[in-house]
Amino acid sequence: MAGSNKTNPTTALRTGITPPRWLLAELTYACPLQCPYCANPIDYTKYQSELDTEDWKRVLTQARKMGAVQLGFSGGEPLTRKDLPELVKHARDLGYYSNLITSGYGLTEEKIAQLKDAGLDHIQVSIQASTQELNDHIAGTESFQHKKDVAHLVKKHGYPMVLCVVIHRENIHQMPQILEMAEELGADYLELANTQYYGWAHANRDLLLPTKEQFEQAEQIAQAFKEKVAGKMKIYYVVPDFYEDRPKACMNGWGTTFLTIAPDGVALPCHSARELPGMDCPNVKDYSIEQIWYESLTFNFFRGFEWMKEPCSSCDEKEKDFGGCRCQAYLLSGDMYAADPVCSKSPNHHVIQEAIDSAKASALADNEKPLIFRNSKNSRLLS
Amino acid sequence: MTINPDQTIKFSPLHRLQWEEAQQKDVILYPEGMVELNQSSAEILKCCDGTRNLAQIVSDLERKFATTGLTNDITAFLEVALKNGWIQQN
Repeated sequence: MAGSNKTNPTTALRTGITPPRWLLAELTYACPLQCPYCANPIDYTKYQSELDTEDWKRVLTQARKMGAVQLGFSGGEPLTRKDLPELVKHARDLGYYSNLITSGYGLTEEKIAQLKDAGLDHIQVSIQASTQELNDHIAGTESFQHKKDVAHLVKKHGYPMVLCVVIHRENIHQMPQILEMAEELGADYLELANTQYYGWAHANRDLLLPTKEQFEQAEQIAQAFKEKVAGKMKIYYVVPDFYEDRPKACMNGWGTTFLTIAPDGVALPCHSARELPGMDCPNVKDYSIEQIWYESLTFNFFRGFEWMKEPCSSCDEKEKDFGGCRCQAYLLSGDMYAADPVCSKSPNHHVIQEAIDSAKASALADNEKPLIFRNSKNSRLLS
Repeated sequence: MTINPDQTIKFSPLHRLQWEEAQQKDVILYPEGMVELNQSSAEILKCCDGTRNLAQIVSDLERKFATTGLTNDITAFLEVALKNGWIQQN
């Protein structure tokens, strides 16, 4: 990778590389919630430094110039950044469609109006369950009523309202009530995200992974509801890949569409990629987004098909799913070049069934170990 | 869903229609998604400003592009747009 930001990559280098479309700006790892399925890295406490306002503005400008158009302000809890309205305004001036991905914690009507004036396009509020008791338990914070109030205020101020509920064994039985709650709150979109087992969710998998029967029942209920509310509410259903035969086309292919910038400025092809060994991810303090996207070792690592091993390299579905998720391959098989073990063609596919069996045994055990909540104390203990 | 010929049509306030320089295309943006538009679809949606009904949109576009017989194509596209929530009537 070039060491100077004056380097202008040749056209040949860029041949076949599509520009980023989606920029996920993880503004901070700070969060008042403690969700045990958080996608932030377990060792997030190691990364204390945060980009400043000018760094973020430069990143937004550079990525927009390349063609990024969807922008997610995420975290941690992005509302903990005092400069959020300023960044939102900068994003709007550049023509981004900006999404605030928030727990709703700390969001007041004044702030909602201020962000609207700054040009924020939509607010996605996460709710952990359909009851106060379970919501507050999972979030590790008393937050249920406030989240519902925030959802109403988001609507009142003319934003499209996206409600996001992460689904796992502790709340999957509430599917009918979750759907009713979304309808009652007037959600324009409901994202039902079955837990993806990375980061904290990987550490808590035995306690979070539902059985196949639970999944199928919940999915049936959600699909039926989808038809009922067609034209009023759109439901995004993120499938649980542990119960699929083929892996997901993770990130729409490595380095093709998605760009994540972590709080400390590290650029990632997906938000888990910094956990892969030897990635040596580039930092936006050292390189331009253009250099990072086109030239860095990290972003070129799993582009195309050359890196693949069997059974992927000769598979006729490789252009459809790109061999699945690299982070999942690494987490479950110890080999980031291997086929995603979710694939039934993978020689490691048995680890999926073992994970399912282990979670089932854990659910039936008399003394099930407690959930590990995502907080600084646990982060330091586990990293 | 069908278009009511008597009512005006407006682009949804929950979506954004904009020209994307990098893609040389008009696109519709909405929460976590984007639809790329071809030129004719974009031209139709730009007419959905809340002041014109179906017949007026058809006649304006026929005049603009010096052609006739666009009614069926425009109606079909607007029905798709209505179903997707890109436009509203009332």
